[in-house]
Amino acid sequence: MSQPDYYSVPDARGHFGTYGGIYVAETLMSALDELRERYAFFKNDAEFVREFEYELKHFVGRPNPVYHAARWSEQIGGAQIFLKREDLNHTGAHKITNALGQALLAKRMGKKRVIAETGAGQHGVATATVAARYGMECVVYMGEEDVQRQAPNVFRMKLLGATVVPVSSGSKTLKDALNEAMRDWVTNVDNTFYILGTAAGPHPYPMMVRDFLSVIGREAKAQMRELTGHLPDYVVACVGGGSNAIGMFHDFLKDESVKLVGVEAGGLGLESGKHAAPLSAGIPGVLHGARSYLMQDENGQIIETHSISAGLDYPGVGPEHSWLKDMGRAQYTAVTDDEAMDAFHDLCRFEGIIPALESSHALAYAKKLAPTLAKDQRILVNLSGRGDKDINTVARIDGITL
Amino acid sequence: MSRIDNVFKSQLSQRKKVLIPFITAGDPSPAHTVSLMHALVAGGADLIELGIPFSDPMADGPVIQRASERALKHGVGLKDVLGMVRQFRETNPSTPVVLMGYANPIERMGYEAFAENAAASGVDGVLIVDLPPEESDGLVSALVKKDLAPIYLLAPTTPDFRVKAISERARGYVYYVSLKGVTGAAHVDYSAVGQRLPGLRENLQVPIGVGFGISDGAGAAAVAKVADAVIVGSRLVKEIENSPADAMATNLESLVRSLRTAMDEATVVG
Repeated sequence: MSQPDYYSVPDARGHFGTYGGIYVAETLMSALDELRERYAFFKNDAEFVREFEYELKHFVGRPNPVYHAARWSEQIGGAQIFLKREDLNHTGAHKITNALGQALLAKRMGKKRVIAETGAGQHGVATATVAARYGMECVVYMGEEDVQRQAPNVFRMKLLGATVVPVSSGSKTLKDALNEAMRDWVTNVDNTFYILGTAAGPHPYPMMVRDFLSVIGREAKAQMRELTGHLPDYVVACVGGGSNAIGMFHDFLKDESVKLVGVEAGGLGLESGKHAAPLSAGIPGVLHGARSYLMQDENGQIIETHSISAGLDYPGVGPEHSWLKDMGRAQYTAVTDDEAMDAFHDLCRFEGIIPALESSHALAYAKKLAPTLAKDQRILVNLSGRGDKDINTVARIDGITL
Repeated sequence: MSRIDNVFKSQLSQRKKVLIPFITAGDPSPAHTVSLMHALVAGGADLIELGIPFSDPMADGPVIQRASERALKHGVGLKDVLGMVRQFRETNPSTPVVLMGYANPIERMGYEAFAENAAASGVDGVLIVDLPPEESDGLVSALVKKDLAPIYLLAPTTPDFRVKAISERARGYVYYVSLKGVTGAAHVDYSAVGQRLPGLRENLQVPIGVGFGISDGAGAAAVAKVADAVIVGSRLVKEIENSPADAMATNLESLVRSLRTAMDEATVVG
């Protein structure tokens, strides 16, 4: 049987198989049409590509390295673990790469005001950063609960000149921030560009975010070849909305020997119901402009999620992941809060790297996987962000007052 | 002829316009909804839009968001909403009811099951805010099979080619969103609405209702002069929110009556 064409999606209306699409109120349809047309033009525009690549190199600091976590690998005993160091990007996570791409597009579309939603605050900081860089007004929507648990990032955004609007509706987390950003966009659609932070939402966002972030996988593949002479056996990334994972997976989709694993937030355990793992325990539905796997009840209401990590605390997931799951090209699993915390501490102590709690989920799965593999096998983990923003959360969990 | 077509034909033939109030099913509690629907009719409503509560009402302003939250506290689901319509129909066989909501609760029930259940409950039309024509083939065919009208939104940002595509699918009426924004916003430009409607009519076979942000008799009268129907939601939901339980129905009825009077004065007398 010939290999399915993993690069044929989405179709012209944003469908990844039965997932994706454009499920928004009529007022936004023409804005999304315009965005789709302008993106289709500029992604092939030599000057746009040149500026994007220049900024990635000189402002973001790409390429960041792949690093062999030899001591931790030795400690675990089993496969060799490699880390794609997205945490070394400017602003400390993969998010800036996407925010930058969208800001360059906003600039070319003549939009002077950008808005964003944020969970952990990483995308908010990234958006505030590029808005400052290009002299744009910036408003970031953030759930009230996240404003509390990610206070350092709130202050960073303010330092960068952004207005942070706490969202008190619904569950007061990322999904509600996204609702509020959409409400802002529908009201200010003429002068505002919505810099969406994950590979979800209505078409063309899942495709556009993936395209901007696919540099992660391209870099990592070349770096693994250079460092080890081989492709990795496994590529592991955490999945909330799924932006870092799709960015990492995309260039590996054609390499069938490479197993792709997305790790969701298992919270207190899938059986507890208190988690944020729609691919592992949800069913397909429509939220935030697209069809995808969702955490929902029997009435189709969206369920409140739980995760130690604000960036994974989201009841939906990008539609391409739903498609890759159904196609069987990627596997999706979940690790608990406790397992993520354990991996967080491991990386601090054995490698001198403080990982983001989001990325710690991918590390925790690698820690479970490595002992089942031979010592010459290779696991590439996307270390999507650094954990400085999480030290208050970790201290609280460990019963320490800073 | 359907109840929706009937009510438009009958009112428009008397130089009156159709008054469409919106309330959220289950707000403030499931026990209130049917009596509030009857109060709307007593005040002069021609057609009722009944909101299906949803956890993530992306196109709604704070007033209707809170109505959804109040209903969801009582666990009101789509089946309960259909039960309320069924109960309303026991004593009101003539006033059309259009369900308005978001795609996911309907997806969860399944299009065919929903259409069958809705038709059996006495629903007349369905407006799904986040289901534009490009994604609505499945639902539309299920609805049409059961003689339920698919109702669509049109917006100030909708280009003519989309108006045509929507016109091919729309039954009953279309809902023109008066402004760029969410429900209950306070910046309606009535003259801009008046300027847009003649162009829309050229491409439409169904009547046009206008809503979003109409909050008083003057607004209702201004819209009645140019549109076929006036849709009022947030202002009524706010009345429910601010009324004590025993005065809710009478307050709602008198508010609807004041809108009715203002509309009729603007069209019949004026």
